[in-house]
Amino acid sequence: MLVHSRAARWGVWTVFLLLFLPLFALPLLVIVAASLSRSWSGVLPSGPTGGHYTSAVHGDALTALTTSLITAVAASLLALAAGTWAALAASGAGRRTRRVLDALFMLPVAVPSVVVGLAVLVAFSKPPMLLNGTPSIVIVAHTVLVTAFAYQSVSAALARLDPAYEQAAAGLGARPGYVLWRVTLPLLLPSLTAAAGLCFALSMGELSATMMLYPPDWLPLPVRIFSATDRGSLFTGSAVAVVLMGTTLLVLLAVSRIRTRATFR
Amino acid sequence: MAEVVRRPAMARKTGGRSVSGRLWALPPIAALGVFFLHPLALVVQQSFTPDEGGTSAEPYTELFAAEVFHEALTTTVWIALASTAGCLALGLSLALVIAFVPFPGGKAVSKFIDVFLSFPSFLITLALLFLYGTTGVANGLWTGATGAATGPFDFLTTPWGVVLAEITYFTPFVMRPLLAAFSQLDTAQLDVASSLGARPLRIVRRVILPEALPALAAGGSLVLVMCLNEFGIVLFTGAKGVTTLPMLVYTKAILESDYPSACAVAVVNVLLSVGLYGLYRVVSRRAGA
Repeated sequence: MLVHSRAARWGVWTVFLLLFLPLFALPLLVIVAASLSRSWSGVLPSGPTGGHYTSAVHGDALTALTTSLITAVAASLLALAAGTWAALAASGAGRRTRRVLDALFMLPVAVPSVVVGLAVLVAFSKPPMLLNGTPSIVIVAHTVLVTAFAYQSVSAALARLDPAYEQAAAGLGARPGYVLWRVTLPLLLPSLTAAAGLCFALSMGELSATMMLYPPDWLPLPVRIFSATDRGSLFTGSAVAVVLMGTTLLVLLAVSRIRTRATFR
Repeated sequence: MAEVVRRPAMARKTGGRSVSGRLWALPPIAALGVFFLHPLALVVQQSFTPDEGGTSAEPYTELFAAEVFHEALTTTVWIALASTAGCLALGLSLALVIAFVPFPGGKAVSKFIDVFLSFPSFLITLALLFLYGTTGVANGLWTGATGAATGPFDFLTTPWGVVLAEITYFTPFVMRPLLAAFSQLDTAQLDVASSLGARPLRIVRRVILPEALPALAAGGSLVLVMCLNEFGIVLFTGAKGVTTLPMLVYTKAILESDYPSACAVAVVNVLLSVGLYGLYRVVSRRAGA
């Protein structure tokens, strides 16, 4: 306890709330409120309506939702596979290999997402790998962007893992593949699901790289939100944004439930 | 998001497996090469290949002579520096309250911050349009209270709007490592200092800050890199006056189809942020956070 007088404590808390609520809670509330109203000129929104949601889960916007879901699921599964493999290889290899892997796999975090998008666009717009104009180019860009986070969380979990289990299994004669499948991966399951959730959330909200390379028939939700607000339809955009936040939260919640079960098995 | 991998005290598996270990590392590195490193190399190559053909540094000389590039570079850097300073000040004060002046609901606040981090950045700009836009809440309050025709808040399309959005979005990235560092701090030190008569500000300055400095540096440099690379917030601001390097890459490549220039801007941007990111890794490794 840093502040001992009661009055001073209340003062500190008041300042905290005065900073915290307007900066962090208000923006999310405002988006939800805007998505439910017809117009907003003045202090409070006016004309309550559910109409934006009707259009947010029909037609183009619904296509955008499924597009985003497919992209995010595909990208996070691919990233999880690549990141886990790399993390396992790094933990089994010597110090120097691990350093190299660390540096290489964390590099996409430092490179601006827009540049990742540009690079993927430049590389896959010509044979032999002509992906430009297909949904796969979006999935490739998202996978590149989120793999770093999968790698990071899985290697953090590997570093905390007690090697005694693996050593015991190996000592009892299990082959390396069997140890990996029956001991290491089950022990890693909680962090694998956490990493999957993180990758999913990042991919759902990815805008920068997507803006560089999305094909006209593969518009994820963030692009749809941008085109709506760019046209001036802020309220439709807000409704789509709420759908985006809701979907992300639902999936994260489901993932954390799986995670708890995996932990207490 | 930015937990840094803590190195184990010693390699988990020792001896004899290094060669096969290196072999196992090959497939993921190959995949990374095809989908990330090679494309990045192509960007560098393209930046040296002007549209007229041949290989020259012409895109760079053109770029460095262009007014718009200088403007974008300065705007990017000062927005990033201002946002980082704001995030550090705000994040430090909020984290101090959560950790050392605990209140009921503090746990919920930390949870909320985690959720906040899983949303995309451009939502903040979208919300700020309703809050501080020309017909938004703040101006509505003002015109309602004073009877004026228009409110005083008109900064959203200026760089300050971007700074406000970035401070809002990135402050949690500073708070997370700080809260982790504070939770390891021995509170007995605070009680001792306090019983010896030190005032709260002095305790913060002399006891807490020295302990938290590594976490603060790590969080700050991460946020600096992310601010340099931020695109969504700037795009949603829709301000013609705010051009940052990522925005310039987008404009050159997609709107003007001038790929050599876009690639040259991209190379400059990558050098800037990868250099800073390297610094972040060094700092955070030393911090052990």
